Amino acid sequence: MKKLRIAAVGAIFAGLTLLLPGVQAQTPASSEAGIVLNGAGATFPAPLYRKWIAAYRNVNPAVVLDYKAVGSGEGVKRFLADSVDFAASDAALSDEQIAAAPQGAVLVPVTAGLIALVYNLPGLNGPLQLRRDTYAALLMGRIPRWNDARIQATNPGLNLPDREIVLVARLDSSGTTYALTNHLSAASTQWRDRGPGTGKTVGWAAGTMLVRGNEGVAARVKMTAGSIGYVEFGFAKHLGLPVAHLENKEGRYVAPADGVGEATLAANLARIPANLRVFIPDPDGAEAYPIVSLTWLLLKERYTDQAKAQALKRFVNWGLQEGQNMSSEMGFIRLPGDLIVRSQAALGRVN
Amino acid sequence: MNKPFAVLPLNDSVCQPPTATQLVVDRGFRGLCYFGVFLILLLVVALVVEIGGKAVPGMQKYGTGFIAGTVWDPNQLQYGILPAIWGTLYSSLLALLIGGFFGVMMAIFLTQDFLPPRLAALFRTIIELLAAIPSVVYGLWGIFVVIPAIRPLADWLHQTLGWLPFFKSSLSGPGLLPAALVLAIMILPTIAAVSQDALRAVPLKTKQAAYGMGATHWEAILKVMLPTAATGIFGALVLGLGRALGETMALAMLVGNSNQISLSLFSPANTLAALLALNFPEAGPAEVEVLMYASLVLMLITLVVNLVGSSIMMMSQRGAK
Repeated sequence: MKKLRIAAVGAIFAGLTLLLPGVQAQTPASSEAGIVLNGAGATFPAPLYRKWIAAYRNVNPAVVLDYKAVGSGEGVKRFLADSVDFAASDAALSDEQIAAAPQGAVLVPVTAGLIALVYNLPGLNGPLQLRRDTYAALLMGRIPRWNDARIQATNPGLNLPDREIVLVARLDSSGTTYALTNHLSAASTQWRDRGPGTGKTVGWAAGTMLVRGNEGVAARVKMTAGSIGYVEFGFAKHLGLPVAHLENKEGRYVAPADGVGEATLAANLARIPANLRVFIPDPDGAEAYPIVSLTWLLLKERYTDQAKAQALKRFVNWGLQEGQNMSSEMGFIRLPGDLIVRSQAALGRVN
Repeated sequence: MNKPFAVLPLNDSVCQPPTATQLVVDRGFRGLCYFGVFLILLLVVALVVEIGGKAVPGMQKYGTGFIAGTVWDPNQLQYGILPAIWGTLYSSLLALLIGGFFGVMMAIFLTQDFLPPRLAALFRTIIELLAAIPSVVYGLWGIFVVIPAIRPLADWLHQTLGWLPFFKSSLSGPGLLPAALVLAIMILPTIAAVSQDALRAVPLKTKQAAYGMGATHWEAILKVMLPTAATGIFGALVLGLGRALGETMALAMLVGNSNQISLSLFSPANTLAALLALNFPEAGPAEVEVLMYASLVLMLITLVVNLVGSSIMMMSQRGAK
């Protein structure tokens, strides 16, 4: 009931924002006083965006930003329906989606994150290390118990319990799911051909707990013994959840940690194309963590309200500069300088 | 036709015919009552028509496979709600078993002279307070209190009696048992309050007669009071079950949201109401018709439960006479 009510209120707000540009066009704002910018989308970068919004209030108190963490899929949907001023997604728009955007779409990567496999095994005497085929099989629901030989093989010293493995996955359409499944499809042919495949929502094994949002998965893993789920590293850090060390392309086990993401991105900069729409399903580099995703702000190419467009551009630009200093402590990745320059160039296309 | 307001021949009577205003007020009030009843009926019909109408496309597309299917995968356009139906019925019946037992016991304790009247009134108020707690608070309480509290017992049961299908899996956290326990507490005030009314409605003479025949306190309660109030108590249980079937928020937080059919008390499950609450916020048009179909099924289950309950009640009343 409550969620429904929230959705209803959200819909009303969305309706109001639809009306707003028309109202403001008649009375052109001379200053930025009282500009409200509404955004919605990914839950993955939401903690960072909220922090940016709070900090930006000191920079420019006249601009009020509101960001609703509703999931990438829903964010894209609202963006294409033109019911928000900006949206956010961890899965870049496809060509068809960009063509379908009523006011054009500009994709600006603003931050990136590692997707951590978080687990809850009370009393485990060390970090879990998982081989590539093991974690693919595990997330497909093919490994029933924690003391399975496949897990024990890479964790000889661990006191793995004789407990069922409970998978926790996303119920809503999610960019985090997209990045994870995109990686798994690249890393495991089993996953790609005979498993769930790649998508913002995929068919999980029977018995998987399905919950909403990155924060939902993190909270569920925290309270469920024997569970394993996937969240952006910042959420794991925030709740103090243990993260699995995953085997990367070069066969080394890497844990998500501060600085690992930066190194991973830096080693794969050359793979980022001109349109900034990139997925690195299986990053190169000995120190690279295998599951990494950029996350994008979706801005319109044309805004009817110039004051709004300028305010939004200033905010995003601030995020790309000062905002980057906050990334690391929140568990996100500070973008490499080269990428920031290219993001700023993309921002220039917004009018 | 008799005329209730006809002027009587005696003029010195204290009875006066109603004045015009009284007549208008009387008619007006009666009209208002009819109007209110009509509105309620209209509301129910409108609800059913609205939900049913929106569910029709879904029903045409998925038919009975929707009710018998076990996979819910929007990507492949596969929708099956059998696990949710199973979870709804299993959790509600379990809650009814626990909540019903304690609710009726409380009603007996509070009405059958075990306590001084003032203390009984105090306890009654406290139980009724349970009904005022928002269900999201129950959900949080379930997560932070109930789950950790039952975990040791659940682990022990799983280890020693794991061969029983009820204890087949270990309790990992949210699951059927914590959900049913919290649900039992949520329906407790309803069951206790209605059962108390039923027990208090038993004529004092009946009780006195039982004592007069030499019955002990417990014989009077178990052999006279309870059977006499049985219809009312049964009504209380039906009401409680109805509430349990539709409870949403606490269950969405506690049941585990996992589509599987298992007898195990400790495994995560799903319920129809939780499924609806979690999937509606971002449902596209294709999914809305499916969810409407699911809500229709939930309404139908509640209706059947109520019909069966009231017909059993009617039958037992006829038997008593």
